[in-house]
Amino acid sequence: MLQASRSKHSVFLFHPMFNQLIRTLPAVASRCVVARASARSMHAVSAAALAGKPQINASAAAVTATTATVVKGKTPAEGPEMTLYPGATAPFTDKLEFLRNGTDRGPIPCYRIMDRTGTILDGSQDPNFDTATLEKMYVTMSRLNVMDGILYESQRQGRISFYMTNYGEEATHIGSAAALDDRDMVFGQYREAGVLMWRGFTLDEFMNQCYSNSKDPGKGRQMPVHYGSKRLNFQTISSPLATQMPQAAGAAYAFKRAGNGLAVICYFGEGAASEGDAHAAFNIASTTDAPCIFFCRNNGYAISTPTRDQYRGDGIASRGAGYGIDTIRVDGNDVFAVYNATKAARKFAVEQNRPVLIEAMTYRVGHHSTSDDSSAYRQATEVNRWVKEDHPITRLRLYMEKKGLWDEAREQALKKEARAQVLDHFQKAETELKPAIKHLFTDVFDTVPLHLQRQQEEMRAHIAKYPADYPTQLYEKD
Amino acid sequence: MQSITGLSRLSSRVASAVRMGAARQQSRSFHASRAAHAAGFNFYPDVAPAELGETKKMNLYQAVNDAMNITLATDPTSVVFGEDVAFGGVFRCTLDLAKRHGADRVFNSPLCEQGIVGFGIGMAAAGATAIAEIQFADYIFPAFDQLVNEAAKYRYRSGDLFNVGKLTVRAPCGAVGHGGHYHSQSPEAYFAHTPGLKVVVPRSPIQAKGLLLAAIRDQNPVVFFEPKIMYRTAVEQVPIGDYTLPLSQAEIVQEGSDVTLVGWGTQLHVLRETAKLAEEKLGVKCEVIDLRTIMPWDVDTIEKSVNKTGRLLIAHEAPLSGGFAGEIASTIQDRCFLRLEAPIQRVCGWDTPFPLIFEKFYMPDTLRCFEAIKKMINY
Repeated sequence: MLQASRSKHSVFLFHPMFNQLIRTLPAVASRCVVARASARSMHAVSAAALAGKPQINASAAAVTATTATVVKGKTPAEGPEMTLYPGATAPFTDKLEFLRNGTDRGPIPCYRIMDRTGTILDGSQDPNFDTATLEKMYVTMSRLNVMDGILYESQRQGRISFYMTNYGEEATHIGSAAALDDRDMVFGQYREAGVLMWRGFTLDEFMNQCYSNSKDPGKGRQMPVHYGSKRLNFQTISSPLATQMPQAAGAAYAFKRAGNGLAVICYFGEGAASEGDAHAAFNIASTTDAPCIFFCRNNGYAISTPTRDQYRGDGIASRGAGYGIDTIRVDGNDVFAVYNATKAARKFAVEQNRPVLIEAMTYRVGHHSTSDDSSAYRQATEVNRWVKEDHPITRLRLYMEKKGLWDEAREQALKKEARAQVLDHFQKAETELKPAIKHLFTDVFDTVPLHLQRQQEEMRAHIAKYPADYPTQLYEKD
Repeated sequence: MQSITGLSRLSSRVASAVRMGAARQQSRSFHASRAAHAAGFNFYPDVAPAELGETKKMNLYQAVNDAMNITLATDPTSVVFGEDVAFGGVFRCTLDLAKRHGADRVFNSPLCEQGIVGFGIGMAAAGATAIAEIQFADYIFPAFDQLVNEAAKYRYRSGDLFNVGKLTVRAPCGAVGHGGHYHSQSPEAYFAHTPGLKVVVPRSPIQAKGLLLAAIRDQNPVVFFEPKIMYRTAVEQVPIGDYTLPLSQAEIVQEGSDVTLVGWGTQLHVLRETAKLAEEKLGVKCEVIDLRTIMPWDVDTIEKSVNKTGRLLIAHEAPLSGGFAGEIASTIQDRCFLRLEAPIQRVCGWDTPFPLIFEKFYMPDTLRCFEAIKKMINY
């Protein structure tokens, strides 16, 4: 089948410059193909059949063929007459045919470099990282995994109030973060802690935020895992989904105007992509020519909702073209593929001042959060398959073992060291005092307005009256 | 005092009418008397303080335009964007700004309010000055999440690592004679319930320019509502220079000893008219206060006034229940309990959607405000 043979290829849709750019990158060059209009008709029937859709009209196989070469203003002899409507320039057709559910060209292929055994499929695609970089990638993914384990357990013991693990998505974080300039601004959803870790967010910083202690720069105001770092150009996470998406477009536009040569990357899940703000973001980033990389983590679930209930098109990637955004789908468990795609996307975004969409296919191995038991809506066997047969950390480890860069002894040493480190910082964070109570009232505005000063006085007078009923001793003195 | 006679007429289909407005400006004065009747208020112009220097006759949209022009000229990071702003805006507030400052600084957005505000938040978070326009305050609700959950909480939730203080969202608000449900609303109370946002409503061109420049420069996100009935009808001598008026400060526009009247926007002029009527008919001296900033509001000025007069009337176009008058009334009864001579009166829109053909009966007009004063005096 054509679909099968194309699945090895990366497809950057619709923007010739992007294709050209990709071709010039040695690591990516040979596998880049352009979806060609002439091939579309071959896909229409089989794709509709694949999607389980009845066909409206047996003769309606090829809708969009021949559009690619037609130029506005040509006579019928030179090609079909083009519409003059301001909304779109398109050839007229005398055939009544519906474009079929976005699948007339087949599913968008998923770009990968190494298979599940850590074997590079095409040597020209290997980014050929030096040993130090490979180790940093592997160690960061593993350390994130160890931190997740300990913080997850600590929530089960009631020591922190909430947690969300990153299991199974470590490669999307590390691969993309490594491909960025560290000054590029990050807007995230909440499951991108690896990006922060790659940039140098310390274990202390993670723990202090989760413990809402006085060392948390967020002053303990937000739930755990809502990290932020000005130093690392990582905008503070908020809970409302997809709100960061049009914001990222705006920040990218500001960067473009500032001429600082930087890009903005915006992470979001496939569930968040259903929000109105996702639509708003794709569209406004495109119309304003904002250098924004939209990075979708498609992990198959939004809490309990499988993707079948989330959308019926070809994932998130198929939407990019509709917004005029160059798009690629990538194997999110392949850290090198994520790296190459992000690297090329960043170069394109900054040089062309255009948004890019990356859809990283992956699987949410862990529960949605500590408030969720995913066995209520999916089989343990399904999860185990991803843990045992296709895990991003395992894949990189297998690659490194083949190169003689990693072995069981080093693995054991790393696990032991990471665990000790995390536990050490964990205990330190747990013993810190909470932030001073005055910070309940600061930062609502740039200064504390009169009405808040009065409310603060009222609160203090009340606490002073009932000192035994409020745990002031756990908080720093003002 | 001077009455405005140059009221423009907006058709019942306000949005489409104003789009055509630029071309038809010349013919509008013919409709003046009908519109004045529909609007039900007389504009009371102010005299600008002499220290602000040279003045020029401007209406409210020109004053708003002037404030943005000054911003664009003095702050190279500043941009103005929203639906239809590039050609000058459906109310002409952004006229010539793209021509003067460039298409990358004054540009159209796609038709998507949540996108407009989200985009502005992102620009502000990246350190740029973002002036976003929502075409009508009635259409700000798609951006409610971005304003309430994002803009308002941006500084607080990050521990001041990040903020969007450089964001200003402008939106035309209020009754316009025949705006019906979706070209008449006054949504300030929704935003007043959101810690972290500032909400400002000017009453005149001088006020609009000074308050808008203050809002743009304030280091907090500000929602700036412009009473659209005054865009063309309110004309006064506005200082041409760069000046700001303080936020969170009410202004006593007329001193009095018997009753305190509090309002904002167009309603302030209704209250001035009411004060005039009360003095003529009842010999009652009203103190008229323009709240100007809805949040954080100037409690002390109102409190001081009510402690002097012993009576308070608050009036706004928005519906009564949950309207901002309720907040003022409860705060003042708490702070001035022993000085109040009569129950605080709220004269507001009824608790209905804003009605088209019944606008005249819906509005908290001069007569309804006058009746409330009589009630307090006779209590």
